[in-house]
Order: sequence, then structure tokens, then C-alpha cells
Amino acid sequence: MKKYLSFFRLRFAMGLQYRAAAFGGIATQFTWGAMEIMIFRAFYRSDASAFPMSFSATASYLWLQQAFLAFFATWMMDGDIFDSIVNGDVAYELCRPVSIYNMWFSKGLSTRLSRAVLRCFPILTVAALLPQPYGLNAPASPMHFVLFLLTLILGLLMTVSLCVLICILAFFTISPMGLQMVFTSMTDFFAGALIPLPFFPENVQRVMELLPFAAMQNVPLRIYGGSMSCYEMQKAVFLQIFWLTAITFTGKMLCRLAAKRITVQGG
Amino acid sequence: MNRIDKAVRLYFHYISINIRCAMQYKTSFFLTAAGQFLVSFTAFLGMFVLFQRFSRVEGFTYSEVLLCFAVMLMEFSLAEMFARGFDRFSGMVRTGEFDRVLVRPQNEIIQVLGSKFELTRFGRMLQAAVMFMYGITKSGIQWNFPKVLTVIFMLTGGTAVFFALFIIYAALCFFTLEGLEFMNIFTDGAREFGKYPVNVYGPKFLLFTTFIIPYALIQYYPLLYILGRRTEPFFPFLPLLACWFLVPALLFWKFGVRHYKSSGS
Repeated sequence: MKKYLSFFRLRFAMGLQYRAAAFGGIATQFTWGAMEIMIFRAFYRSDASAFPMSFSATASYLWLQQAFLAFFATWMMDGDIFDSIVNGDVAYELCRPVSIYNMWFSKGLSTRLSRAVLRCFPILTVAALLPQPYGLNAPASPMHFVLFLLTLILGLLMTVSLCVLICILAFFTISPMGLQMVFTSMTDFFAGALIPLPFFPENVQRVMELLPFAAMQNVPLRIYGGSMSCYEMQKAVFLQIFWLTAITFTGKMLCRLAAKRITVQGG
Repeated sequence: MNRIDKAVRLYFHYISINIRCAMQYKTSFFLTAAGQFLVSFTAFLGMFVLFQRFSRVEGFTYSEVLLCFAVMLMEFSLAEMFARGFDRFSGMVRTGEFDRVLVRPQNEIIQVLGSKFELTRFGRMLQAAVMFMYGITKSGIQWNFPKVLTVIFMLTGGTAVFFALFIIYAALCFFTLEGLEFMNIFTDGAREFGKYPVNVYGPKFLLFTTFIIPYALIQYYPLLYILGRRTEPFFPFLPLLACWFLVPALLFWKFGVRHYKSSGS
């Protein structure tokens, strides 16, 4: 456990170094969020009755999405891991007395955490100061806020777990490019990164909510706005825990399998 | 004349090298192209989902917005296909490879352009073409010669605008060494948000995109003409006007080259 903690600490400290990059990132994400909100505002003006949730809840969803982008963006995967699998450097990692699954998991987790720590607060503050209904609302209730924090962490763990699973799948496909592309565009769509899930037709939405992708950003961001009923929230948290366990377990099993039959590339 | 002729021939030679190089890895090439298709396909799906719920946005119907998205996507992919070298330029500066470019007796723009030709972007263009066909059949446009011309001008002007943005992005690297993340708003962001006619974002934004970065000239105004909402005869030529945006971009590039201090080893 101690070694993974130090991997975590090292990566975290490293991530905090990139402050100028974070500043650029904040400006980018802020503009991006504002543009998204403008699109939804245009749709809202065209037909307010067709909106599945209130406009200010949508705005809050979009701001939180930008603030915690590093938690849920599946395209922010560690390129080094893929490179090490392609060029064979991963063999060194395999020689070490650590489980590569846990190592990659703790590295991924700390990278995402450090990025978000640097970026989320300025975005959240400015978004909260914007005039209603375009800004970030207060959470629906203190209970919702606590639940938001809990599901946020679960969602983050879920994202990391899924990303590590993809890294391990790269052992089997050799060229990770196609895999990564398919994976990121799938998650963007199914997780509600492109469009919040409530905007989908109802029967489609019901199926999508059961998928592991919905256990990432969809749950915390919707709980925050208070657009889920009590029963729905319970179900969502249960599904998050279920998928987190299932995906992590699958990842670990595949990792063991991959380590057994590994062919090291390069020379 | 002879010099231009030579430069063009050199550029095509670069392209042919790039294509032959990509064809050495055929599987990877087709997978990446398919991936490109898929990425923009989910963007399309997202739009489809929204229009299941809403019938129109700011007076534009689904098929009209699709038309807009398709043209924008095609312009962007064309520019990315040719100007990918500028997109990856920060690497060239950081490793000092640009020094080698400067000592060769050839125009440096041609060399940077030729350093990468991204043929895989045809996956995205295919997606755009399919959407364009769909938009045309559904929106019931009465086609005539000026309208066809407008579409061609849109593609020309749009490619030029994105091309210019890629050049500015690269020229900034002379000063920052790193690619600036914020510039993505103007390239990838424009592709994402250019799905919708720009007046969706409000009148101030329309002004900005008319006079500062001319997205509206390659998208909103010609679209109005194609849809028959504006009939003034100068509308088809507005996208060509956007080509002027290349001038400040190239000037900035020249300025950057003059200020280039070598880095790397």
C-alpha cells in the first residue's frame, strides 16, 4: 500500500508543477463552458417546454462538467503507458515487485486529482458569480451536496478504473490508437459528456443509465442540481458501486492474464 | 513563375512521400480513418438526439443545421489534412528541427506544410459528405448556379480560415515553445460550436465572427443565401472575403520566424 501511496504523492506533486498550463486550461474550459451554455440557451428559447430539466440546473451541470473535466475526460489518458506497451518498456515495470494494475491506478488517480485541484476552484468561483440562470447554482440541499461529493469520488474512481482497463486491453491489440479512439468517443457519448443524459429520449436514457459509462459524470452532476428523485439516487449510487467493483475486478483479471502471455515489443 | 512552379512540385513530392509512408501501415491507417469517422459520428448523434426533442433552433430546422455542420466539418478536415504540419509545429520548435528547415534553400512554409499530410482525415470528410447529402435532400433547397458556387466558395474560404488559424497557432510557438491550449477554442472549438449557425450565440458573437475571426463569413451568411433567406447577389462572395484572414496570419508567421531563437540540441 505504501508504495502506491508514494506513486500517488509523486505524481500529484508533479502535476501541481504545471501552473501555467493550468491557467491556459482554465481559460479554455471557461470559454468552452460558456459556449455550451449558449447553445442550450438557444434551444431553450426555441422551445422551453421540451427541456427535461430547468435551465439553471443545465447551466450548473455544464459548469461542474468543465470544472471537473480532469476527473471524467477519458481522452486524458496517460500516453506514456501506451508508449511503454508499444515500445516494450513495460517489461521493466513488470520486473518490479509492484502490481502494475495498482501502480497505473494510483498514477491515473493522482494525475486527475492534481489537474482538477489546480483548475476547479477558479472555474467554480467565477461560474458562481455569473448572473442567474447562466451561473452555477447552490446545490439543491446540504444532503444533495454530501451525496454529490460522494458520487463525485465514486465517479472519479470509475473513470480511472475504466481507463486502466483500456490500457490493459492495449496489451492484446498492440496498436492502441484505434482502441483509444473508439473508447473515448464511446464514453463521451454514453457518459453524458456531449449532451446530458436527460436530453436523450426516455427509453434510450433508461438503458444508458444502466451502462457503466453513466456511472461516471452523469450521477454526481445530476445529483447536484437536484433533478433526481430519492429512489433514482439510490439506484445510481448502487450502480456506481457495482460497476466500479466489476470493472476493477475485470481489469485485475485481464492484467494477470496479460502478464502471463505477454510479448515484449521492441528491442 | 518558375519558382512557384518548383515550389508546387516540391509540395506534391512531399505529399506523395507522406502518403507512401502512411501506406506502409495500412491497417493502422484505415483504423485511424475509421476512428476519425466515429469521432465525428458521435457529434452527429448528439445533434440528432437534441433535435428529437426540439424541432428547430433560432429558426433553423434539423436538416438546415446539418447542412451547416457538414460544410464546417468538411472545411475543418480539409484544412487539417493539409496544415497538420502547423498543428504539430511545437514539436518542431522544441526539438530544434526547425533550424534544419531554415538552412535549406526553400521556403519554410512549404517545408512545414510538407512535413505532414494527414490523409486519415478523409474519414471525417466522408462523414461530412454523408451529412451534407442528407441535409440537401431534406431541406428542399432549389439549387441553381450561384448556390453551387456559394458552396464551393464556402469550402475554399473555410479551409483558408482554418488554415490561417493553424498558422497562427504555430507562429505562437515561436514565443511560447509550447502549443497554447487556449488556441484550441478557435480550431477544435470552432469545429464543435460551428455545428450551429453562429447567430445562435447572440448578436455580439455574430459581430465578432464577422469582423475579427471570420467564421460567420464562411458559415452563417452563405448559409442564409443557400437557404434562400437572403438574395442579395454579393452574398455568395462573402466566403471568399474570409480568405483575407490569411494575410494577418502569414504576417504574424513572418514576424515569428524573424524572432525565432533556436532551442533544443
